[in-house]
Amino acid sequence: MGNYLPSSAAERQEMLASLGCERIDDLYCQVPEEMKLDRLDLPAGKSELEVRRIMESIAAKNTVFPSVFRGAGAYRHYIPAIVKNVASKETFVTAYTPYQAEISQGVLQSIFEYQTMICELTGMDVSNASVYDGASAAAEAVAMCRDRKRDTVLVSAAAHPMVRQTIETYCFGSGMKVKYVPMKNGFTDEEALAGLLDGSVACFYLQQPNFYGRIERAGEIGQAVHGAGAKYIMGVDPIAMAVLKPPGECGADIAVGEGQSLGLPLSFGGPYLGFMAATQAMMRKLPGRIVGETTDHDGQRAFVLTLQAREQHIRREKASSNICSNQALCAMTAAVYMAAMGPEGMRKAAESCMAHARYAAERICSVPGFDMVYPGPYFNEFAATCPCKPEKLLAGLADRGILGGLPLENGSILWCATEMNTKDEIDALERAIREVV
Amino acid sequence: MELLFEKSREGRGCDLLPPLDVPPAHLMEGMERKRPLRLPQIAEVDLSRHYSALERRSHGVNDGFYPLGSCTMKYDPKVDDEMAALPGFAGVHPLQGPDTVQGCLEVLYLAEELLCEITGMEAMTFQPAAGAHGEFTALLMVKKYHQSRGDAARTKVIVPDSAHGTNPASAAMCGFTVVNVPSDPKGGVDLEALRAAMGPDVAALMLTNPNTLGLFDANILEITQIVHDAGGLCYYDGANLNAVMGVVRPGDMGFDLVHLNLHKTFATPHGGGGPGAGPVGCKGFLKDFLPAGHVEEGEAGLELRDPAQSIGRVKSFYGNFGVVVRALTYILTLGAEGIREAAQVAVLNANYLREQLRGSYDVAYGDGPCMHEFVLTLEGLKKETGISAMDVSKALLDHGIHPPTMYFPLIVDEALMFEPTETESRETLDHAAQVLREIRAQADREPEALHTAPHHAAIGRPDEVNAARHPVLRYVFPEDRA
Repeated sequence: MGNYLPSSAAERQEMLASLGCERIDDLYCQVPEEMKLDRLDLPAGKSELEVRRIMESIAAKNTVFPSVFRGAGAYRHYIPAIVKNVASKETFVTAYTPYQAEISQGVLQSIFEYQTMICELTGMDVSNASVYDGASAAAEAVAMCRDRKRDTVLVSAAAHPMVRQTIETYCFGSGMKVKYVPMKNGFTDEEALAGLLDGSVACFYLQQPNFYGRIERAGEIGQAVHGAGAKYIMGVDPIAMAVLKPPGECGADIAVGEGQSLGLPLSFGGPYLGFMAATQAMMRKLPGRIVGETTDHDGQRAFVLTLQAREQHIRREKASSNICSNQALCAMTAAVYMAAMGPEGMRKAAESCMAHARYAAERICSVPGFDMVYPGPYFNEFAATCPCKPEKLLAGLADRGILGGLPLENGSILWCATEMNTKDEIDALERAIREVV
Repeated sequence: MELLFEKSREGRGCDLLPPLDVPPAHLMEGMERKRPLRLPQIAEVDLSRHYSALERRSHGVNDGFYPLGSCTMKYDPKVDDEMAALPGFAGVHPLQGPDTVQGCLEVLYLAEELLCEITGMEAMTFQPAAGAHGEFTALLMVKKYHQSRGDAARTKVIVPDSAHGTNPASAAMCGFTVVNVPSDPKGGVDLEALRAAMGPDVAALMLTNPNTLGLFDANILEITQIVHDAGGLCYYDGANLNAVMGVVRPGDMGFDLVHLNLHKTFATPHGGGGPGAGPVGCKGFLKDFLPAGHVEEGEAGLELRDPAQSIGRVKSFYGNFGVVVRALTYILTLGAEGIREAAQVAVLNANYLREQLRGSYDVAYGDGPCMHEFVLTLEGLKKETGISAMDVSKALLDHGIHPPTMYFPLIVDEALMFEPTETESRETLDHAAQVLREIRAQADREPEALHTAPHHAAIGRPDEVNAARHPVLRYVFPEDRA
């Protein structure tokens, strides 16, 4: 049996005796006898080697595809070695929330640097220290916009389905109403949006690029939203931000997004990173931890958790959110990624995504029966028709070590390419598609 | 210490990506970013050293004793991290077909089975990413459950005044009105106050047991009975499960729902504030309300299903999966006996340290044995010497000990809440007690030295008032300075 107890049985007995107890059960005298367990119905403990074998055999039941053309909210990007190295530093991994600033300057500074990078990436004024993921960030952003008169949230139907569902769930809690702005030609229908924007609307949520990879007219949409007195929330892809107009240039009040692309592995959906930034005007409505710069009594630079009057441990039921633990290590990972890539590397990654997606679209659509569902601009994802059942194609590709795109409800497939997909890989994809269909 | 942005020099950087092997693609005019992206430009060596320096200015479990109450800062086994990083887990896309992710689904299925046994629950979701997220999820299930029975009148949630701040905050996020009930003189739930608060408008009681005073509420069966008799549900905040796992189960105490903090009780590292994981378990009658994507056995193996009356989703995908892998590794290692032993030794260590400190400090609600944590009140010390809970905490920093949780629970003045955990040896506890006794003596001898502690940390006490009054929340580039 494995355990991590440093004290020996004899030492524990001595400690017990020093307390005037004979048995450890004496310490549980407040627990009613009738409730106490005899024994948990669990397997017996095992050695590290045995457990390793079990976990490795479970992991071996998964398929890890050498070639991936699926995104839809989780993206395979290159993770530089330095990123993994920093993210596994013992102290960063095992620290708790930096409540004690004097011995947590490293963690606090790393979050301050992260907040600055997120502000730069999104073009916003202030960022928090992270939330759980992109979907919960979107839902928290919606909650920031509610006021007494405005209790409806408009959500683009072209937003990620899981983001939409998460917003709905949070609104079931808060009592806000959710309405969808329909799609037209793969874009948010701006006319329909204008028709829905009335005095009850607290905010509008737009995803950029949208779920179908399309680049929305985010600036024009922002003007319409503000014209109706509502707040404008944009959910963005952080890699795309290196080249694409960021929320700050589109008039957004709040920018959120899934930060997994910034150096975090796919890991079956988590842990990921929700980033969240806002205008100065909305700063005090941001949920969760925020790090600020100040000085110590000698005038030295110091970092602390700040604006805590928003938070649950001070405000209890009146807090802006209940969030306590966030995704701090993931935020640090993202900061290391952005610093390692630098402005040039980020731009290179974004351009490589676009170029490989364009090339993949051309190669896939060169096969008869495959066509772009929507013409026009896209970033690294696009929907294409499929002349056979998508399941058949995807199974055939899987046999060849390729994870194809995500099948959509209308029989088309949402494809994705990043800097990880080489020309050779895309050419091999085309050949595989021709063989299967 | 300089920021990355201050170390940045034009033209430096790391060369990480190859040149394009396909023709470039361009954005249409008007779509491009106008502002420059001002990320640091820094060589790998300087980046690496920067974070090594930041690591030295931080404190983790391996840097010393970390008795942060209610946070269960136990040692994080290294094999757990290795298992989460296996390519067979880390390289799996969350939207792969079910036949290609049977291993990931097995992790969730097995973890559910084991944690349901540990908690006395019948089904579990791993979607919540942290404890507070789990509270929120569970309370939404409560809301949906009452609505499904056509009982829309249940708008109140009862929370003891000793509860974590997340409890009332989560209830408020679900649209509930929070009713605070006081603690009785022994530190438990005041039964009369609880009875008085009950009625057809009560949706649920949220309770931590052992509570934040480190006391097991011996009236627990009566408490849950009172709530059930009034038609409410009982929700167990699992923050303190480390005291009782393997000894007694929330399900047997009468609770209907429970959230766990895998990053506390099940030894997954906390990453300087996350990621954690806050799975929610429930009794069978609430299973249909679990979030979308519950792992179940199907004809072709394990699959993800949406429960019939699901509350929906609280985040994308299936939760902080990598954290669940770590917790599963831990549970398989400890097994039935090891789980119980961990709880027992956690309780033993807390009682041992408490006894070492008695005589030097006042124990709050200290009549009987404590569970995994205990609370000191420095009210008397402060009156006598002017030395506060804050001063003692800051003095501990100079001895390489992470301070206990300060000023919590709110019902104890000048509170210091110690949770030593089971992974500390007697020498560590003895040393901590010795240090605390010295600090106590110092309070009489040279209080000024304590008021100005710490003296050997990276910085002295920061000016938090200034930080909140004049928020500087990002680096301001020279060109942006007014």
